[in-house]
Amino acid sequence: MSLVNYATREITCKIVYYGPGRSGKTTNLHYIYGQVPTDRKGQMVSLATQTDRTLFFDFLPLDLGMISGFTTRFQLYTVPGQVYYQTTRRLVLQGADGVVFVADSQSRQLDENIESMQDLHANLAEHGVDARAIPLVIQYNKRDLPADLILPVSTLDDSLNFRSVPAFEADALHGAGVFETLRGISELVLRRLSATAGAS
Amino acid sequence: MNEPRATFDRFVVGANNHLAAAAARAVAESPGSAYNPLFIYGGHGLGKSHLLSAVAALTATRWPDIEIRREDGAHFAAAYAASLSSGETDVFLAAYARVGMLLLDDVHELAGHAAAQVGLAGVVDALVDNGRQVVLSAEALPQDIDMVDEALLSTLSQGLLVDLSPPDLETRVAILSRMATEQGLDLSVDVVDDLARREYHDIKELGVALDEIAERQKKPAPQLNSGEFASFLSDVQVVVQQHVESWRGRLREAIAHWQAEGYRTGVLERAIDLPRAPDVAGLTATFSAAVDHLRNLERHARQLDPSLVGHPVFRDPERMTEAEDLVERAVGGETPSKGPIPSLSRDAFEVGASNQMAVHAADAVVAEPAVRYNPLVIYGPSGVGKTHLVNAIGNALLQRSGATAIVACVNAQELVDELIEAVRDGSVDRWRARYRSTAALIVDDIQFLGGKERTQEEFFGIFNALIETRKQVILTSDRVPADITDLEARLRSRFEGGLVVPIQSPDRALRERLFARFLADAGHPADEELLRTLGEHPVQSVREIIGVVNRLGSAAEMLGRPVTVELVRQELGGGPVPGRPTPRLVAAVTAGHPFLDAEKVVWDWPDAGARLIEEVR
Repeated sequence: MSLVNYATREITCKIVYYGPGRSGKTTNLHYIYGQVPTDRKGQMVSLATQTDRTLFFDFLPLDLGMISGFTTRFQLYTVPGQVYYQTTRRLVLQGADGVVFVADSQSRQLDENIESMQDLHANLAEHGVDARAIPLVIQYNKRDLPADLILPVSTLDDSLNFRSVPAFEADALHGAGVFETLRGISELVLRRLSATAGAS
Repeated sequence: MNEPRATFDRFVVGANNHLAAAAARAVAESPGSAYNPLFIYGGHGLGKSHLLSAVAALTATRWPDIEIRREDGAHFAAAYAASLSSGETDVFLAAYARVGMLLLDDVHELAGHAAAQVGLAGVVDALVDNGRQVVLSAEALPQDIDMVDEALLSTLSQGLLVDLSPPDLETRVAILSRMATEQGLDLSVDVVDDLARREYHDIKELGVALDEIAERQKKPAPQLNSGEFASFLSDVQVVVQQHVESWRGRLREAIAHWQAEGYRTGVLERAIDLPRAPDVAGLTATFSAAVDHLRNLERHARQLDPSLVGHPVFRDPERMTEAEDLVERAVGGETPSKGPIPSLSRDAFEVGASNQMAVHAADAVVAEPAVRYNPLVIYGPSGVGKTHLVNAIGNALLQRSGATAIVACVNAQELVDELIEAVRDGSVDRWRARYRSTAALIVDDIQFLGGKERTQEEFFGIFNALIETRKQVILTSDRVPADITDLEARLRSRFEGGLVVPIQSPDRALRERLFARFLADAGHPADEELLRTLGEHPVQSVREIIGVVNRLGSAAEMLGRPVTVELVRQELGGGPVPGRPTPRLVAAVTAGHPFLDAEKVVWDWPDAGARLIEEVR
């Protein structure tokens, strides 16, 4: 998709929140949704099960207004984390300009985190995207949980962040680290968009 | 003392406590009729006090007339000791006579208080004997309480002793879930499960863990914080300014603009990949100027040939030269250039020692036009095959291009005449464009350009344009360029800048082959003797050979005989016809040149073999 359109002076970024089930992807979007002034946010579309598990995906369009003469829009998506929604994840991932990997900091979720990260790489490869090239940040969510329930960031880094991408600690439920994460992925995406635009 | 919230409903029953819970509920539902006294024991924080409170609450509900007294061991011990001191023990004990249900928590706190233990034994016995319910709790079995009085031990042992053991995982999960729900905490199942897996000594610690999370979650609910979003917007703005509005951004903007206009922007796209910023303003201005020029060219082309409008070359500044060529071809397209004579093919050209160098050069030009020999200048006397050879090159180039290339093949005199005509018609531009648009230009007999100043001037321009755009130029002349009279030095030097090769008069072997071919073509097959005889005939050119063949053929037809050696001798004479001395030799002889003794001069050297025989003689 054309993301920096110099002819129409539009910037459109698709950012996908990826991660294992119940890691807090939808919570990120809910927090962002709650912080954005009404006139800047579109209708958040969330297809969830009765138990609030994301069934298909969440979609939050953000209109950032005119920035340096560009009409700037962010489209935030989440994927369903559950293993059996593989097809949906792949579909949502298509055309992504950047990925936020929301990891669950709980010790017991480490395997699910690793599995989801591998799944991300596999799905990117399916789309012909080099996982090393696409803008990616990692969010270690649920840092508000007691220390004995969660892994140290260094341990999570060792397991998940082997490429040393920007990583953010977060408590998405209360918003800590949510915008820092969004800010981080936005910068990476915009840098890359500016580097590749024009060829599209 | 009594915790109003500590009811049976809120007591989570598991494998560890279901007996105690059942017994407690039974005594609450039917006080004094069963399990009396009921002694509940277990570690600290496992729910003993909760059960006692639950018994009290349920009893009060079911049996509102029953007086319920709730106290703990420490309080009982202290009060009993006080009554002893004041001598009012009877009064103290009498107060229990009215109690319908005694709930005594932490009996183990009576350890060391022997008198109080005796007193308690009396109270319990009295109550039980009167059908009143007694429920006690302690951290250990009665016999394990330090310094327990035998009387009390006996009393307590008469009732039901049930224990509360630490809750298993599932019970802890259930307890935590209930606690979380009651506190309004939003905890996922796995978080609760994780909490439950902690090492706990009692239920209270579960509550403490939960409180820890509750404390964190009691942070103010997310409020609309325009500052946070504004800060994010500000950061995005900085990034956009830095990375989107950079020099690459300006280039991309130009690319987007020109692409939207339908132009190819390869040169600008490559500039984006430069490691450092180029002169963006200069680059875009140059590109813009190039586009303007393309537009002018397209307008011009439209006037000449409307079908050319929209041609891809008019949309790509990097194909400017092609666009100009296209227009030039359009300009000259009304009068197509004269092409090579189709019948003069390379296959029909006989190769011999006298022309092999020129033929080799011609083949190289066909193989790689405008690469090796450009221009190719072939010189030699009239009738030796120059025209045939260059027309053969032209035909081969046409064939090589699939007949799409424009190959012009004209005589220099025609060139002069055309220019005169064009000057008269005011169509010199078109005439010029016609030749500039060719892929290969062949000009025969360029010696005719000598003295034609205007033609030389125009040809100079055409020649340069073709050479610069890597188009092949082939020229013939009856002499080397240096000997062409009144030829501008700049043209001569350019002609000599390519390959200048001669074609000489056919040697004997070539003559024999040519005679054989032409006689055969005329229907007169020739044997070796006849060809040897004809080969000795000293002709200077192919054209002469054709003339001899025509003469012999005519004579043969007239006499009704085949072409034979006799006929040849009859028509051409008995022996070789001496050649005419060249002007240069005549001049040398007359000038008395020492090496040109008339007796040693042989005017015509038929071939190397003949020369050798002559020298041997």
